[in-house]
Amino acid sequence: MTALQLTWFVLIGVLLGGYSILDGFDLGVGCWHLFGRDDRERRLFISAIGPVWDGNEVWLLAGGGALFAAFPAVYASVFSGLYLALMLVLVGLILRAAAIEFRSQVESPAWRRAWDVAFAVGSALPALLFGVALGNAVRGLELDAGGNYVGGFVALLNPYALLVGATGLTMFALHGALFLAARLDGEPAERARGRARRTWIVFALLFVVATGWTLAFHVRGSLSLAIAASILALLGIVGSSLLNRRGRDLSAFLSSAAAMLCIWGGVGAALFPNLVPARNDPALSLTIANSSSSPATLSVMLVIALVGLPLVIGYTAFIYRTFMRGPLDVGPGY
Amino acid sequence: MDAVLLARIQFALTIGFHYIFPPITIGMAWIIVAMLHRAGRSSDALDLQVARFWIKVFALSFAVGVATGITMEFQFGTNWADYSRFVGDIFGAPLAAEGILAFFLESSFLGVLLFGEKKVSPRCYRFAALMVAIGSTLSGFWIIAANSWQQTPAGFEMVDGRPRLTSFIDAVFNPSTLPRFCHAIDGALITGSFFVVGLSAWLLLRRRHVEFARRSAAIALVVGLVASAAQIGLGHWHAVQVARDQPAKLAAFEGLWETQRNAPLTLVGIPDAEGEQTRHAIGIPGLLSLLVGLSTETEVKGLKEFRPEDRPPLFLPFWSWRAMVGLGFYFVAFSALGVFLWWRRRLVDFKPYQYLALITIPLPIITNELGWISAEVGRQPWVVQGLLRTAQAHSPLVPAGQIVFSILLLCAVYALLFAVWIYVLRRKLLRGPDQVAPVDQATAAAAVTP
Repeated sequence: MTALQLTWFVLIGVLLGGYSILDGFDLGVGCWHLFGRDDRERRLFISAIGPVWDGNEVWLLAGGGALFAAFPAVYASVFSGLYLALMLVLVGLILRAAAIEFRSQVESPAWRRAWDVAFAVGSALPALLFGVALGNAVRGLELDAGGNYVGGFVALLNPYALLVGATGLTMFALHGALFLAARLDGEPAERARGRARRTWIVFALLFVVATGWTLAFHVRGSLSLAIAASILALLGIVGSSLLNRRGRDLSAFLSSAAAMLCIWGGVGAALFPNLVPARNDPALSLTIANSSSSPATLSVMLVIALVGLPLVIGYTAFIYRTFMRGPLDVGPGY
Repeated sequence: MDAVLLARIQFALTIGFHYIFPPITIGMAWIIVAMLHRAGRSSDALDLQVARFWIKVFALSFAVGVATGITMEFQFGTNWADYSRFVGDIFGAPLAAEGILAFFLESSFLGVLLFGEKKVSPRCYRFAALMVAIGSTLSGFWIIAANSWQQTPAGFEMVDGRPRLTSFIDAVFNPSTLPRFCHAIDGALITGSFFVVGLSAWLLLRRRHVEFARRSAAIALVVGLVASAAQIGLGHWHAVQVARDQPAKLAAFEGLWETQRNAPLTLVGIPDAEGEQTRHAIGIPGLLSLLVGLSTETEVKGLKEFRPEDRPPLFLPFWSWRAMVGLGFYFVAFSALGVFLWWRRRLVDFKPYQYLALITIPLPIITNELGWISAEVGRQPWVVQGLLRTAQAHSPLVPAGQIVFSILLLCAVYALLFAVWIYVLRRKLLRGPDQVAPVDQATAAAAVTP
């Protein structure tokens, strides 16, 4: 394994981490959408994420593209192996994008109701399935010599993967509620704080069980690093609760974001040096060394990432500064 | 049905539907830049309303484009796993570059364009519009670079039976990237402008928002005329490149069987793969040679140069190519007539042209699809020209039932999206631009406070 390959292993983690933090909160907002008290509150939810959700979702596309470029064998095996799950994620994301744009275009209550459901389902379904997919990757897949998944669809719905899925769903829901608490004012913000408090209890419980299970059975890389990352993640999660209870909303949100990065660190430590372990025969595992692109491609990609990502972070910061302050506009448009 | 065919159907369906929208939005993005530029220099509030309104129309189409584009990023992995493994060292990089260098740009600044008019300065707002236009065009560039590499692979060496990158620049700027990029982006400008012209004409027909519609149509017609005229040259450039790099494809376009000098340009005919001839062909002698090489003495390769298993199918490339070229010439005439009417101040009251503009709306979209069919079907039986056959590129172990299920699901969702898009577009147009002159909130609040 070369330093370049290792760098890309980390960078893929960074892109997925960026995705979880950013699209995580707007998927989370979508999970709460049907719980919004009235049309006005639901409009507030959508207005809160309106200017930024599209940019957030690009982290997923960039992550997918980077995975293709840096570890094509993993991209091919995971996406074809988890075929149905991926298709459902796609349909969810499609419906969600349409719902955000179209819901407020027509005043009819039935129209809005339909798009509200599409937005909520289209957010919750990916939030759940990302976790199921991640759980299966960490647990390992049955692969043949060509790298194709041979385990069948039902095997993907194993208890561990479902547990990780539920953990992911509650994590995004919590993250979304913390975001709403920070972004909204008055009663809607107060309700979001309450939702965050209640979700936190469920999430924390699931997180502890899922992490314990992972540490006990599914760590192939560095156990000590995985434990360290889990402890840091736990600190972030506990921190988000304490800060949330004190009404320090932005800090609570950032604490939750930091916890997500630590979780990705833990996932990386558990997988290392694999990207997709083969359950049936470790020799068939897709590793950093055997599944990556050539040094030439990895170098070019590194240049693109080093030039591109600072720019992206720069204008993303500008856009968040522009839109994440001041009262929300729920007038025409959204 | 076999999995390759199902995977191809799914890919054709998803990209065919997706490809309705990016050309509309890429073209409109530049028209919006022009409209905002004009509004910035004018004191007439209507100019700003024009820009504002088309930004809203743009947003509708952009949303459907984004929604259906997500599928594309993942479909190589889900349905074409062996392809992804084969080309991974080359093909993933432009897709990732699209995300990092282009898609972030357009998506982030789209937020400013849709929601930021009151939050940023007018200059910054125009800058955001420009970034959306540049971002979406760059996005097109990277996707076209990736596709062009499938057509004319370059910048690699074969190692262990797979292409390995030797030069990123050569791979990205492979022989067909620039002609295809210019051709496709120009097609997008035509699509976007005729979209605006046609929708404006619809308003004129209904006598709604007349001055608004006239002004919108005028800006778009000028863009449309320049783009349509330029397409003659750009399309030619691309065709010459195809003749040079993918002679089998050109032979399929032309239904040309024998390698020959003084090759005719076939206008119509019935290509017959079994009989290895094009029956009832009517053509202009020597014109194809002349177009390809500036001389009737230029030799053009015929399909018989290639083994039957290396020849593309004939029906689709032959007819979609013809229809595309024919429509391209129609676009020049259509936009020239429109600019003429505008100059003679007849745009508002000359109804036949308004009807014509209305039925012309879908034609550039159809033309884009025809061009895409020509390019991709003409590349068959290869998925990467000369290196990998389409039949060896799919995901070998994804069950056919799952592919059928996903095709049906996607069909249902796309049909819904299309219906909603048309419905909302229609409503938006009927409502027209905001009639009240825009005032920002602070001024409005000050005005009602005694």
